[in-house]
Parts: sequence; C-alpha cells; structure tokens
Amino acid sequence: MLTRRLLTSDWGGTFVLGLLVAMLIAVPIANLVVPPDSPYYLSSYWVALLGKFLTFALLALAIDLIWGYAGILSLGHGAFFGLGGYAMGMYLTRQIGDQGVYGHPVLPDFMVFLSYEELPWFWLGFDMFWFALLMAMLVPGLLALVFGWLAFRSRVSGVYFAIITQALVFALMLAFFRNEMGFGGNNGLTDFKDILGFPVQARETRVALFLASGIAVILGYLACRYIVTSRFGRVLIAVRDAEDRTRFSGYRVDHYKLWVFVFSAVLAGIAGALYVPQVGIINPGEFSPIRSIEAVLWVAVGGRGSLFGAIVGAFAVNGAKTWFTVAYPMFWLFALGALFVLVTLFLPRGIVGLFRRRREGES
Amino acid sequence: MIRSDTSPLRQRFRRTPSLLTGFLLLLALTAAAADAPEESPGHGPAEPQAEAADQPSVDTLIRELPAGNFNDRRRVAEALAEAGDPRVPEILAALADGRLLATGDDPPRIVIRDADDREAGTDAISGETVAAEVVADARRVPVHNPLRNALRSLEAVASVADARPERRIRSLSRLIRDGVDDDLVPFLEERLETEDDPQARDLLKTLLAVTYLETGDEDARLEAVATLRESLLPEARRAVAAAAAEDPDERVREAAMEAVEHAESRIRFFRFTEDLFFGLSAGSVLLLAAIGLAITFGVMGVINMAHGELIMIGAYTTWFIQTLIPGALSTSILLAIPAAFVVAGLVGIAMERGVIQFLYGRPLETLLATFGISLILQQAVRTLFSPLNRPVSSPEWLSGSLNINPVLSLTWSRIYIFVFAIMVFVALILVMKKTSLGLKVRAVAQNRPMARALGVRTGWVDALTFGLGAGLAGVAGVALSQLTNVGPNMGQAYIIDSFMVVVFGGVGNLWGTFVGAMGLGVMTKFIEPHVGAVLAKIIVLIFIILFIQKRPRGLFPKKGRAAEN
Repeated sequence: MLTRRLLTSDWGGTFVLGLLVAMLIAVPIANLVVPPDSPYYLSSYWVALLGKFLTFALLALAIDLIWGYAGILSLGHGAFFGLGGYAMGMYLTRQIGDQGVYGHPVLPDFMVFLSYEELPWFWLGFDMFWFALLMAMLVPGLLALVFGWLAFRSRVSGVYFAIITQALVFALMLAFFRNEMGFGGNNGLTDFKDILGFPVQARETRVALFLASGIAVILGYLACRYIVTSRFGRVLIAVRDAEDRTRFSGYRVDHYKLWVFVFSAVLAGIAGALYVPQVGIINPGEFSPIRSIEAVLWVAVGGRGSLFGAIVGAFAVNGAKTWFTVAYPMFWLFALGALFVLVTLFLPRGIVGLFRRRREGES
Repeated sequence: MIRSDTSPLRQRFRRTPSLLTGFLLLLALTAAAADAPEESPGHGPAEPQAEAADQPSVDTLIRELPAGNFNDRRRVAEALAEAGDPRVPEILAALADGRLLATGDDPPRIVIRDADDREAGTDAISGETVAAEVVADARRVPVHNPLRNALRSLEAVASVADARPERRIRSLSRLIRDGVDDDLVPFLEERLETEDDPQARDLLKTLLAVTYLETGDEDARLEAVATLRESLLPEARRAVAAAAAEDPDERVREAAMEAVEHAESRIRFFRFTEDLFFGLSAGSVLLLAAIGLAITFGVMGVINMAHGELIMIGAYTTWFIQTLIPGALSTSILLAIPAAFVVAGLVGIAMERGVIQFLYGRPLETLLATFGISLILQQAVRTLFSPLNRPVSSPEWLSGSLNINPVLSLTWSRIYIFVFAIMVFVALILVMKKTSLGLKVRAVAQNRPMARALGVRTGWVDALTFGLGAGLAGVAGVALSQLTNVGPNMGQAYIIDSFMVVVFGGVGNLWGTFVGAMGLGVMTKFIEPHVGAVLAKIIVLIFIILFIQKRPRGLFPKKGRAAEN
C-alpha cells in the first residue's frame, strides 16, 4: 500500500533507487570479496569516495525537498550539514581518548594546546554515540526552527531568504574559525581513530559507513517522497506555485514552510554526520558560502522538483569534479562554470528533465 | 619628581647654563689657543664681547673639540649646543657616532666622515667636501659612553635652535619625550622669546610647562597646569596626572584634576571621531563594492554572483596598466579608472547578451548562471596570469597620514577612498537622474512593457544597464587594488558583503545602498574595539538577519524589477 503510493508513477525514482540498491550490494563485494588483482576489485579509496557522494546526495535531497516542492531556496544548507558534521566530529574526537599527540585522557589535542583546564560544557556527552547522533539532528533542527520561525513569520521569501541564509552560513563560518569557540578553530577536528570501537580507517568500517550512507539516502528518499505525496506535500506545492492564494484559502503557509524546512535541516545534519567519518575531517570550510551554493547547483543540474534528480545531480557533478580534477585540473572550473550556464539556459529541469515526459508545474 | 641638587649632570649644566657662560668659556679657550684663532679667511679678528654667537667663535669652538680630555670635550659640546648654529647638531651627532675626525694640523681641520662611505667626508666648518687622503689621515675624535649619552641630548638641545622649523619641532618632541634638566630652562625661555613657528612654540611651551610642573613654585605650577590643559601629548598628560595625584599644593592638585578630566573628555571625543572616520572609510569600501550590485541586482533584479569577479577584473586592469607604464604610478592609477570601467563594462555587456537576457523574471536562475560565469572568470584569470597574487603599488600620495593632533591621525589612503566613493556615487546618481540613459533605465525597471510600448529599446537598455553596473564594479576594483591583495579569489571576499549592503539598504534604491553601506561600516567599527573584528562581523550579520525579519524590503523599500511579487 505504502510502497504503491511512494513508487507508483515515479519510474525515475524507482530506477534510481534500484541503482542505489545495486550499488550497495556490488560495492562491498567488489571491495571485500573480490581479490585485489582482479579487474573488478574496488579499492577502499573508491568506497570512501562513493560514500561521500552518497552523503552529498542526501544533502541534495534535503535541498530539493524545500526548493523543488516548497519554493524555499536556501543558500545556507551547508550550515546544517556542517553542524551535523561537527556533532559527529566531536564524538570522534572524544573517541581519540589518550591516543592523541599529548595523550591527555579527556581533552582533545587542540584544547591541551590552547591550555584548557577542563572540557567545555557543550562538549559533555559527546563521548556517547547516541548522544552525538541525536545532536547531529537536534542542533540543525533547532537552528532551522528558530531561523525559519523568524523568517517565515515575517514572510521573508525568495531572493531575500536566499541572501539571509548566506549571511547565516557566513556568520557560522566566521564563528567556527575563532579558536575561542572551542571547536578547533581553523584546523577543525581531525585525526580520528575509532568509531563505535572500530578503527575509522579499516576497510570494513569504510564499507559499513558506505552502507549506512546508502541506507540513509534510500530512507531519506522514501521519507521525502512520503511527504510530497501526502496532503502536506500538496499544500507545499500550492505554496510554491501560489503562496498568496494558498494563504487566502486558509492555510497557515508559514507553518508548512517551517516544518518542511526543519525536516530538511535534520536530513542535512544526518548527511553531515555521515560525511565526517568518511572524509576524516571537519573544519569551518564546510560553512563557506560557496559550498552551500554548490550544493544547490547539484540539485539544479540534476533537476529540481523530482527528488531523485537531486541524487542524480549530486553524483553527476561530484563525479565529474573528481574526474576533472584528476585528468584536467586546469579546466575543471571552466567545465563546471559552463555546465551551470548551459543547464540554466537549456535544461531548466536538469538532467532528469531530459527523460521526464510527465509535465509538472514550475515556478 | 624633583631632582637632587647634587647630581653631577646638574652641576655641569650649572657651569654653562646660558650663552653668556658659554661665551666666557670660549674666551678662556681662545686665549689658550691664541696662536691661530682666526684661520678661516673672511673673518676678522675676534671681538669677543660683540660676537658672542657669531661664526668665528663657533668655528673656534668646533676646532677645540679634539683638544683636552673627555670633560673638556663635553664642555665645548655644551657651549656648542647652545650656540644656535645650524651646523652643530650634525657635528655632535657625528661625534657621538665616532665619525668626527681631526687632522694633525694646527689648528686641526675638523672633518665629518660620511655615514655610508668611509672614504668620503666633509669639512665640519665650511661644509666643503674633503679629499679622500685627508679623511684617511685624520684621526677619530675619541668619545666614551657617558659623553656619548650626553651628546645625544645636547644634539636635541642644539636642534632646538636650528634654523629649520621641522628640525626644531622634531627635537622639541624628543626633549618632551626624554625630559629635560631644569638647568636648561633659562635657555629654553630665551628660545621662547624668539621662536616664531607656531607649532614649535606650542611644543616649547609644553616642554617648559612640564618642567615647571616638576620644579617651579606654586604659581608657576598652576600656570603650567593651565598651559598643559589643552595638550594631548601623552607626556604632558602624564605630567598633569602626576601633579593631580601628588602635588603638595591643594590648588594645583585640583586644577590638575580638572585638567585631566578635560583632556580625557577631549580624548573621548577624538577617539569617537576616529571610530567614526574608520567606520565611514569601511563604509566607503562597502559602498564601492556594492554600488555596481545596486544596479545589477537592485535595479535589474539579477542575482549577480559574478559581481566579485567584475571587481577583480577592475583590479587586474589596474595591475596591467601599471606594468604597461612602470614608474608613472599616479598616471597609471588615474588611467586605470576609465580603463577598468570599460573593461569590466564590456565583460558585463557580454554576460548580459550571452546569458542573462534569457533569464529575466527568473532571479534564482540568474544566480546559478552567474555563479557559473564567476567560476569561469576566476579560472580564466588564473590561467591567463597566474594563481598567485599580483603586486599593485600605490602612489606616494596615498601613503602616510594626516596628523590632526597626538591622538587623532587619519590615513590618506582612507581619506582618498572615502572621497572617491562619494564621487563615484554622485556620478552614478547624476547618470541615473540627469541623462537619457538613466531615464530609460528607470522606465524599464518600473514598467517594462510600457517602456517598450513607448519606443524604448529595452534589450539595448538592459545591456547598457548591466554594463554600467559591471563597469562600476570595475572602478571599485581599482580602489580596492590599493587596499588588498589582487588575486583570482579577491572577488569572493566582497560578494557577501555587497549583497548584505544592497539588501539592508533596500533593493532598487541607490540612496538605500549609500546609507546601508555607511551604516554597516560605522556599526562594525564601533563594535570592533569591544569584541574584536571577527565577532563584530558576526554581530553585524546577525543584526542584518534580524533586521530583514523586521523590514523584509530593507531600509528604503522601493518598487523595481528586483522586487519580486
């Protein structure tokens, strides 16, 4: 019943989900079972890379949910992604324990270096995995709640909303660059050793993180799909297409926008929490405004307003980026820039728009 | 503090407190060296009583420097210092540095060896260049450390009587900083009668007052406090503060306390002025950075993410023109302003015709496309020139600062940037209000179909408007090249600030951009001293976020194409 509702008339989504599942099965086998000299062997580098792409796909999904369906363009989703990442980074930092350079049993290296006497209060509890995971969702969610409540209540929308989200993420970046914040300043958090008792660098751990990311993307996709096919989702589309008319019909537009924004922020936080153990570092660079804009561009390239397009876009752009930066580092930015220009000019519905027959309203 | 009367230094000065005693000493010395007192041609025999400060006697004194022991030398130096001869400070400095040489002739020829070239030298008396062999044969006039220290302050005393006012001012400032012995007071009082440069006169008065405050009687101290009341020099303020705390006389203490308060309130005022000035100059940088965006984003509604790169193109144009005509910094800067306008404007027109014209009415998509363009422009500059920063030099007149008083000095570069920002802004307002292009731009912004119906070529106006905004960004690049590094990434530093300014001021309103830029600049600089630069910036960003909640259309909302429905 539910499956039917989520996947009927969504052949594109079904196809992408199928690909994801196939990848989740094939990659661990190619990495763990296939012998290293076989042409089908996949190194751990690739596992981590694909895992990273999966977390990007989840972030893109979060952006597409609000931009594609509720017409809210956030240029600051990196804020939620980064906060989720920092929550996980704090857990991983506390897991280092006395294996750090200074060997202090509780304080992370950078705190010893900055001569902290004891752990700051906001680091308490982060030695427990469940707590860190909770915070990875709660902190972005709360920030989105406060920020969204302020913004949607006073009907800040469109370009203005986009620009104040840029201000938000920029302010966070400046704040996290400060050593006094107690998050490692410029260098961020890195040199992780263990996650849940397993070494972060081990092959098996990487595969497990990859699988976790893949499952998160699939669940995230189904959750978003559930939202957009529900009555709630219908109202969101109405808000996107004619906000005033929806308001005049008696809907509390600001509430609808707020809740979808908070949900999207939580998704982005989870993506960030999965991203950090796979890349092994989190620093204020994640909050740089350009990163948030880039994430929006994945959605635009993939095709906004289709959910699976976001996944396609995240893989397409990041895949191209990885290939170009290795093969033609000089031309990567030319290619990326040209891609954005061409997509906006000729493919307003993104890559998946090429294949989609069904017409949907666009704003 | 009152110096003890038994100090040896004081006793030394006691012996030669004025020109008169110096002169008596001179008499004795000339008598001792009586065989050849008037060697230099053109000077008649000495008539001592009448020629106290005249050249022959100074010449003789100079010739006396090598004679005798260190104490004799010090006495001669002291006499020289008070003679008011323009040659003396250099001679004393050379003596202290060990660069004063004497030949074995009788009377000796005194030579100042060049500081940089050991072989070269000049005659201390005539100032003529001396042959290298003479320099080589001459022997150093010996000094030891106590004498060297005495010579340093004697040099300052000698410079007080220098003919050049700037020298006098410099040495007086030094004496105020180092403090003087009260034995010098009569000499300084004498100087005060003849001093005609107003600034040097003020410094002299301050110096005397600081000395009186330490050693004078009650009335003199009261008067000194009154003199120092208006002074903002740190030494003067310290002296008055000391008097307020520990002067034995009640009246003096009260007057000093009042003076301290007066000075503090004046300093608060000047610090406020300085903060305000810093704020306005930060605001003018913001204004310059944002003014082009006020056109492309504000008037036309294009979320121009390539705005920062247009600024960068202007800065690179400045660098390019500087490398074309090296050595003519002022000319190249002045040439760069129109050149950057044209180059960045042409890039802007190309952007508009090539991409943006197809995206009107879809502001969020202009964001994506212009972001792509910004990446291409950055990489183009990186490939064409280099990923490294380009060195852009500033002309002489942009460096240094305007010193208004000891606590307030304004750097010239900031003053010029401020003036330049205002000029650019006024020029833009004139273009928008007084030219036919401006009229058409406003018409298209307000009602595009109606403007077209009335015969305005809207496509052409769009291209020129965007070109104008881009050109202004280029002009901003010229100014910013003087303040920051010129590199491929420089544009990114300004893009967020520029958007904040335009949104804060109110999209579509040029005056809003002006007020927004100045307001944010001043606000940042007033917060900065309390919390530091980074936190100040964060606070301002949060302020903008909250402000937009209160007034979603900025300070001065106005209808335009940007105001989305």
